[in-house]
Amino acid sequence: MVNVLINVPKTAKRGDVVEIKALILHPMETGFRPGTNGRIIPRNIVERFSATWNGTEIFRMTMTPAIAANPFVSFFAVANESGTIGFRWSGDEGFLAEESVTITVA
Amino acid sequence: MRRVRIGLGLASIFAASFAAAQSGDSSRHSGYQDMGPALQKMQDDDSANPGMLFVQAGEALWNQRTGAANKACADCHRAAAATMKGVAVRYPAIPPGTAKPVDLEGRINLCRTANQKAEPLAGESRELLALTAYLARQSRGLPIAPPDDPRLGPFREQGAELYKRRQGQLNLACATCHDANAGKKLAGVTIPQAHPDGYPVYRLEWQSLGSLKRRLRNCLVGIRAEAYAYDAPEYVLLELYLMDRAKGMKLEAPGVRP
Repeated sequence: MVNVLINVPKTAKRGDVVEIKALILHPMETGFRPGTNGRIIPRNIVERFSATWNGTEIFRMTMTPAIAANPFVSFFAVANESGTIGFRWSGDEGFLAEESVTITVA
Repeated sequence: MRRVRIGLGLASIFAASFAAAQSGDSSRHSGYQDMGPALQKMQDDDSANPGMLFVQAGEALWNQRTGAANKACADCHRAAAATMKGVAVRYPAIPPGTAKPVDLEGRINLCRTANQKAEPLAGESRELLALTAYLARQSRGLPIAPPDDPRLGPFREQGAELYKRRQGQLNLACATCHDANAGKKLAGVTIPQAHPDGYPVYRLEWQSLGSLKRRLRNCLVGIRAEAYAYDAPEYVLLELYLMDRAKGMKLEAPGVRP
């Protein structure tokens, strides 16, 4: 079950700088820790996160094992047009999560 | 003469405010106040508080049919926002028809086995934490209100006794740190007053949500005592005492703690 929390203002004025926040449930297992059986727990992290505004990429980041579980990302964008903001997380073990929200720019 | 009196008056005001500042740490307050502004902000912002991920999962579980009876929590209890408000601040309590107190997690499992005819959820499992967090969230901001049930009295006293009992290789009682030395530093960290007002909490050290039971086990290991078994009644007794001790404080669940 993919569990995501996104916070984007529902409306904005044209030219406004809006804050976009995204939180996702993920263990971000580093690949350096031994488990209870003494063996290394295989790495399982979100490797890439990106956001698009009406299909145009506005934010992209690469994540590393040093990032804590349930990564929270916050960034800013200039609101130019109404539409959909899409979010995409992908990573180890075929992990893929996609989510989108709409914003009205007046 | 008059000037002297004013001077003395000011001096006593300063003395009083100095004393207040000194005892500021001993007045009852939530662990929230001992945290830095960044963590406080994290707890207050529902889109940054990772505990809300569990609340969201709990909402889905609330509406999901399960067990031999094929019933969801919502089939009987309807909308949790209305029916479950004020529930989390009352537990642990003695459910009708029984004689022993159970905590909120225990109550959820009782409902599962009796009404949904489903297997009880394992302690600290994601499902149980999620449902507990979802219920606790409905009571956020309400004062902790232990029930007036006279049958709880003896259990609460046992809890108080446990709280004050020295144990473990370090020979410490809960009260040694959290009553006698609260507000002072232990390994660079402020010793909190141990109020259960944010549970289940998202603890950064755990990188996960955890129950009060998990926190109590942590402390027991910390004083090098043998932690009680997972299903031991001692946790409920301690929780009864702690909730009574925090009576009237506002529930913050799901809290964030370092």
